[in-house]
Amino acid sequence: MKNKGIVTLVNGPVVMGSEMGAFKLNEMVTVGEQKLIGEVVILEQDTATIQVYEETEGLQAHEEIVSTGAPLSLTLGPGMLGNMFDGIQRPLKKIESISPNFIPEGIGLLTIDPEKLWDVTLTVKVGDVLAAGTVYGTIQETNSILHKLLVPPNISGTVSVVKPSAQYRLEDTVVELKLPSGEIHNLTLMQKWPVRKGRPTQERIPIYKPLITGQRVIDTFFPVAKGGTVGLPGGFGTGKTVTQHQLAKWSDADIIVYIGCGERGNEMTNVLEEFPSLIDPRTNRPLMERTILIANTSNMPVAAREASIYTGITMAEYFRDMGYDVAIMADSTSRWAEALREIAGRLEEMPAEEGYPAYLPSRLAQFYERAGCVKTLNGDEASVTIIGAVSPPGGDFSEPVTENTKRFVSAFLALDKKLAYARHYPAINYLTSYSSYVTTLKDWYAKNVSPEMMYIRGKMVKLLQEEEKLNEIVQLIGEDVLPNDQQLVLETARTIKKGFLQQNALHKEDTYVTLQKQYKMLKVIDVFYESALACVKMGIPISTIRKVPVYQEIIKMKYDIPNSNLELLDKLMANIQVSYNELKAKYQE
Amino acid sequence: MIKEYLKLDKIQGPLIMLDGVSDVSYGEFVKIVVDGHDVRSGKVIKIDGSYVVAQVFEGTTGISTENVAVQFTGKPLEISLSLDILGRTFNGVGKPIDGGLNISSSYRENINGRPINPVARQYPRNFIQTGISAIDALMTLIRGQKLPIFSGNGMAHNEIAVQIVNQAKIEGATADNFAIVFGAMGVRHDDANYFKKSFEESGALDHVVMYLNLADDPIVERISTPRTALTAAEYLAFEKNMHVLVVITDMTSYAEALREMSSIRGEVPSRKGYPGYLYSDLSTLYERAGMLKNREGSITLIPILTMPNDDITHPIPDLTGFITEGQIVLSRELNQKQIYPPIAILPSLSRLMKDGIGAGYTREDHVDLTNQLFAAYSHVQDIRSLAQIIGEDDLSELDQKYLNFGRKFEEIFISQGNNENRSIIETLTIGWEVLRLLPKDELDRIPPEMIAKYWEV
Repeated sequence: MKNKGIVTLVNGPVVMGSEMGAFKLNEMVTVGEQKLIGEVVILEQDTATIQVYEETEGLQAHEEIVSTGAPLSLTLGPGMLGNMFDGIQRPLKKIESISPNFIPEGIGLLTIDPEKLWDVTLTVKVGDVLAAGTVYGTIQETNSILHKLLVPPNISGTVSVVKPSAQYRLEDTVVELKLPSGEIHNLTLMQKWPVRKGRPTQERIPIYKPLITGQRVIDTFFPVAKGGTVGLPGGFGTGKTVTQHQLAKWSDADIIVYIGCGERGNEMTNVLEEFPSLIDPRTNRPLMERTILIANTSNMPVAAREASIYTGITMAEYFRDMGYDVAIMADSTSRWAEALREIAGRLEEMPAEEGYPAYLPSRLAQFYERAGCVKTLNGDEASVTIIGAVSPPGGDFSEPVTENTKRFVSAFLALDKKLAYARHYPAINYLTSYSSYVTTLKDWYAKNVSPEMMYIRGKMVKLLQEEEKLNEIVQLIGEDVLPNDQQLVLETARTIKKGFLQQNALHKEDTYVTLQKQYKMLKVIDVFYESALACVKMGIPISTIRKVPVYQEIIKMKYDIPNSNLELLDKLMANIQVSYNELKAKYQE
Repeated sequence: MIKEYLKLDKIQGPLIMLDGVSDVSYGEFVKIVVDGHDVRSGKVIKIDGSYVVAQVFEGTTGISTENVAVQFTGKPLEISLSLDILGRTFNGVGKPIDGGLNISSSYRENINGRPINPVARQYPRNFIQTGISAIDALMTLIRGQKLPIFSGNGMAHNEIAVQIVNQAKIEGATADNFAIVFGAMGVRHDDANYFKKSFEESGALDHVVMYLNLADDPIVERISTPRTALTAAEYLAFEKNMHVLVVITDMTSYAEALREMSSIRGEVPSRKGYPGYLYSDLSTLYERAGMLKNREGSITLIPILTMPNDDITHPIPDLTGFITEGQIVLSRELNQKQIYPPIAILPSLSRLMKDGIGAGYTREDHVDLTNQLFAAYSHVQDIRSLAQIIGEDDLSELDQKYLNFGRKFEEIFISQGNNENRSIIETLTIGWEVLRLLPKDELDRIPPEMIAKYWEV
């Protein structure tokens, strides 16, 4: 028999009910005649407080609250890739077919399509002993992704029945498993998992390889590791969303989960329109085939926004358990924190800093700690990388969400208003950003790109820092009075900024750049700096150095030299050396 | 049978509390008759067992705990809509205040609206020519966009809004399917009259629907005003397939009304005393702009807000900027230089322009020209601060050229008459004209073939 309670209080998304002693914490419930979906968040004697994921307008006291017997859970199985869900895994296309254009309340719990037939290949036979996490079948879900059916965590046993490989629906039993207790457990194409609980793995393994994004300022200057955590803070108009989209498009993860948490509706529409036509450079398949979208736009109910982050990470973990490298883009975690604050306010909890609840840091930590490089239950190596955008009010990084995020992430890509105003995109500040993965990944870069790469990177970072200091002087006295070698630092820093750090997301060649090209471009700038420095030491003025024709080619190399023809960069390096040697020779005469 | 409740438990500010109420639903519309003749309206905002809190739109002055009769109507606040609303003026809850008749229509809509499903949206791509160079070239307005004007007290935001409304050339819009919805929250009578007069002069009044809540009108109604206006806009755009331009002003007064209500209700405040749900609340207004795949019409939303103390980091502009698709920021400095429109170029932005300009939309050189103008003008700011220290005469020749460019950019590109309607081609031509003040090799954001085509003329 289902537990039932009665609504006593309605205050926005917060509802209280009486006669609810038998309900469990975090249990999912339906509220009222419209069957609004909610979650129990506080229990006190026989009253319960419920946060409701839908608009509560029209709800009355004395309406019924019915338990579903389970915590907020996802249905994990084939049908998620290429799909767009709301914060509690309801497919938005399905909602659209029920109620066109606008999202109504009371449509109930929908999830991935149970009617669709999938071609299942079963890979086990009767008598096999299956541990938790073992693959018992596969489905080619999209052309790029093989969906593996896994024995759910906490379950193991001996196969007693295997259906033939054929077409099945989501809830059809394909394998029967005899548990040690003697019970029979039916394995279907799906499993349920509560969103607020991390899925188990064998163990965490150390991080050692980068998530290659094709974005120069990230891959070269502030690399991100597979299994790592990244904070991406920036005020409005600094290009957070464009950066997140670029990462979602070009990262070399197998699966991308993109969470639009409290952001603009048109942005999600843009992703939906754009991604199917973009081709993944690694698989030559549309990017949409590896992408899952979760959209809880800012005008959708706030409680579902709070849940959307967990929905996203749970889906990511499910694919990780199949052995895939998954990357999550959460845009924006500030909206999630604000949802926490809004609900905490309605629950009349004691506010801490800026009205946020005192448990904000622990919730952030719980979220970011679900990232990592792991050995799955099946023994595969896999990872979840989290890239969380942060929207600090007024662009002020000392506010609680940014501050606390900084504590739990290892790479911090600070988007800067001033760079954005000057249309320096991506507006990632090259001085205040940091990535602790520079050290972790040093060996990987040395082995896979070039032993020199991180060394030149360090040199360039130093030049940029020096430029910053010199700029303070320049602002007082102008650039022309500086000694030549300092002017060269300014000139080189400009080249690094224009020719390397600035990257045009809308340019065909520049939107994605291979690591090899990044390294060679960096090397070109280094060769220029060293050649020009030799000239400067001979007393050649900077204006002459600037006039050498090859100089203009350096800035344009990002557009002119395609990823496929890197020899041109070697030629450019040689050309720089030759040109400046000629200049020196001419000067000596 | 509808029950009447004749006794209030408590009255505080715009709120009334009743005890012993049954069968009331959250958000329900309440009819309050004071002294037997004065009919007011309200809305249920909290139910706690049989204890109910309602807010009164017209204010609670004159209400005692015993001189009222309260009815719960069983329905949320809805307004009647038909094409007859065009040319009319209403208050914040949709009652006519122009002396005309009530709108009678069986089509009624809840003013809170519902979120548009992202999969049903159509991504906006069509350029709207406003005839204002700074906007058209550098922060292009797109049909279906929400683009606010961030202004300060005493600046020309009203003039700019009127100029946009009068000059906007929307693709697909004709005299028959174009409408303007104007929502005023807490604005002064003068401002409201200015808009009315301007619409009259341009002959647009037949296409305008006005929802007015003036500075001395009740604050609860101020909170419903933009919702009523946007509900009308949704009706015109998505039921009647019209292209609707919505101007709502002043969002700052709106947010202040929200803060006032929140503090009366004893809620936990967040930044500067504004409620923690300010972001969610603002987004339920702004996100109602847009286009749908299966409808012809569109809602383009231009909210106006005055930044308290010209501070763009104040919660109202800040949260707005996170929701809207860009912003047009006005500058006190340009305003003092007598430049109209005083648009601060650098912090202004249109997020949707990248998909609505360039070849096939405006002209092939538009994107690069825009980038170059931004980059060059941003560099001008650095030189200006340097010039303040070492004096203009000691600047290098190149820096002086930049200074000259900056001046001309403000004087002939940004500045224009408030009736001057420039075509996009004229605008781009002026853009090139000012760029010619710089040496050619400074144009590092423009590809050589564009320079060859447009610079040399």
